[in-house]
Amino acid sequence: MTEFPQLSLHVPEPAVRPGGMPDFSNVNIAKAGSVPRPEVDAASEDIRDLAYSIIRVLNRDGEAVGPWAGLLSDEELLTGLRNMMRLRAFDARMLMAQRQGKTSFYMQHLGEEAVSCAFRKALKKGDMNFPTYRQAGLLIADDYPMVEMMNQIFSNEKDPLRGRQLPIMYSSKEHGFFTISGNLATQYVQAVGWAMASAIKNDTKIAAAWIGDGSTAESDFHSALVFASTYKAPVILNIVNNQWAISTFQGIARGGSGTFAARGLGFGIPALRVDGNDYLAVYAVSLWATERARRNLGPTLIEYVTYRVGGHSSSDDPSAYRPKTESEAWPLGDPVLRLKKHLIVRGVWSEERHVQAEAEILDEVIQAQKEAETHGTLHAGGKPSVRDIFEGVYAEMPPHIRRQRQKAGY
Amino acid sequence: MARMTMIEAVRSAMDVSMERDDDVVVFGEDVGYFGGVFRCTQGLQAKYGKTRCFDAPISESGIVGTAIGMAAYGLKPCVEIQFADYMYPAYDQITQEAARIRYRSNGDFTCPIVLRMPTGGGIFGGQTHSQSPEALFTHVCGLKVVVPSNPYDAKGLLIASIEDPDPVMFLEPKRLYNGPFDGHHDRPVTPWSKHDLGEVPEGHYSIPIGKAEIRRPGSAVTVIAYGTMVHVALAAAEEMNIDAEVIDLRSLLPLDLDTIVQSVTKTGRCVVVHEATLTSGYGAELTALVQEHCFYHLEAPVVRVTGWDTPYPHAQEWDYFPGPGRVGRALAEVMEA
Repeated sequence: MTEFPQLSLHVPEPAVRPGGMPDFSNVNIAKAGSVPRPEVDAASEDIRDLAYSIIRVLNRDGEAVGPWAGLLSDEELLTGLRNMMRLRAFDARMLMAQRQGKTSFYMQHLGEEAVSCAFRKALKKGDMNFPTYRQAGLLIADDYPMVEMMNQIFSNEKDPLRGRQLPIMYSSKEHGFFTISGNLATQYVQAVGWAMASAIKNDTKIAAAWIGDGSTAESDFHSALVFASTYKAPVILNIVNNQWAISTFQGIARGGSGTFAARGLGFGIPALRVDGNDYLAVYAVSLWATERARRNLGPTLIEYVTYRVGGHSSSDDPSAYRPKTESEAWPLGDPVLRLKKHLIVRGVWSEERHVQAEAEILDEVIQAQKEAETHGTLHAGGKPSVRDIFEGVYAEMPPHIRRQRQKAGY
Repeated sequence: MARMTMIEAVRSAMDVSMERDDDVVVFGEDVGYFGGVFRCTQGLQAKYGKTRCFDAPISESGIVGTAIGMAAYGLKPCVEIQFADYMYPAYDQITQEAARIRYRSNGDFTCPIVLRMPTGGGIFGGQTHSQSPEALFTHVCGLKVVVPSNPYDAKGLLIASIEDPDPVMFLEPKRLYNGPFDGHHDRPVTPWSKHDLGEVPEGHYSIPIGKAEIRRPGSAVTVIAYGTMVHVALAAAEEMNIDAEVIDLRSLLPLDLDTIVQSVTKTGRCVVVHEATLTSGYGAELTALVQEHCFYHLEAPVVRVTGWDTPYPHAQEWDYFPGPGRVGRALAEVMEA
């Protein structure tokens, strides 16, 4: 006989499954404006609370309140709204194009538009993002041409990546957007390396790493935090917690830790948790973190609390693992509607102008799509050459690949 | 010219490269202040400062991942994986990232990194300090794979690797660091200072990646080898008194197929030697290429001499290591066929 009971394995479960009533009572939402804004040179241990709370600026009435408010002009906010609307319209059209067979695969941002759109605004020309597949707002908000994005999605004859990459795995050095791997977490540590290089060269540029809640479980996430902490790399370590990793709820990756942001504390990295559906809060926190990096104060970890309204990808059906109405119950609302309301409250926007803007943006997206489609879609029209399979594996084609290209008839 | 061990030659290559190009940085486990467990980076931190030569946390995926990021920025990292056996945590970064960044971004980003790693056995290193994982790299498109067999090549090839625009896996046979070990473990090793290929220019020179070298001309049988096995093969040929032509591949990817085909077409017989395990080893690729390109010139089946398909043992090191006895018997077998 032992004095201890038999052991049992703990397997976390989300609060609700399909058929149940959505329940976010476990998401502890701080009041807008209630979280203090520390100096950027604050030590990690002095601001531990920020890793467990949620920094918010927009309140329920659409007002910007508290110490993180007041950083953006009306004009900048209108541009921010427009960028989020453009991303949303772009996604809707491309998801439809995927359903029409014009491409194989698509991943949308629905509900998460504020994260990448507002973050981009805190960066300068020359800074580098190492994004995952759900940060196209970094490109949209930097005015990367939609046609180019569509050419890539359609893998057509003008695809800048020559048909080699899955749709939406963009690359643009010019726009500070490192080639998306499609692998998870690998790029988190690369961003740290890029930032270290900038510091080695006494440059002024900084890097931004991106990861989802699920992929923080990868060892590369841990490696990235070790290197960022050790060398005080000028990097922003972004975690987009959209609650779901395909069908796996965030509790499986988070484990017993209170929050994902709290992961940074053990490394002595200042960690902030922010309302990811609040454009103003995302921008304010991003700016705080970029300023730390630019002042050589080292890395910052940011957890964006948001919700993936759509499926993981065009291949996913979320109704199989979560209540259909869960997104409506999400307590942080919709980023576009919240910023829209704020601008209306400020008297610089209206329902009419919003509807008009939606129409203009839809037209912009349709025009871009028409142009892209003249260069082909995945199964019709112009496409990259078979030669492109063999080019670019190395700077100079080695003999064995040349022989294989010839064998293929090119 | 100076007399150098392979360690000194490798160090000299990094020194020359760091001197010529501020973008070359060197880091890895124990490589900074201490100068590496094999002392290959000794003195580099003192000379170039600790932002260009520094110690890294024990995290191979972190070392390679950060090197990739640095390369994307525009640096040329030459990093050390303390033993080739330790590279597995970085394998994802090597195969799916470093090897593909140029391709997947259509040249928008590139990855000019060098991963130096001591490889092979012969030092009683057991399972985790003796492996030869080259075939795990040659199977990956986008990588280059280099294995020098002497100080002169080690320096010239390492400089070429650092200057190469693509990722290079640079495997240093650790049993050759101090001399041309020929597999006779019971005899003293001749130091590199008494070997022609221990004579190394002090300044800059490079050896093109993708060119093999014939170490011993012959007409009876071709031996294809690289790294430590080059010296084992040379010893076996001498001891068996067989007119063998010994090819030192130097780089496995890209491969100098022309030199192989010319030789086997001439000799009609071929023995492939490597220290790594047999099944799906690089010897399988070499053997396949020889039969594809030289089939009608072959007088005998191609024979492989390799490590056994078992983990590298500790106490039985010399029963595992494919020494001159086994290579010599293979030569005799091929000659009799």
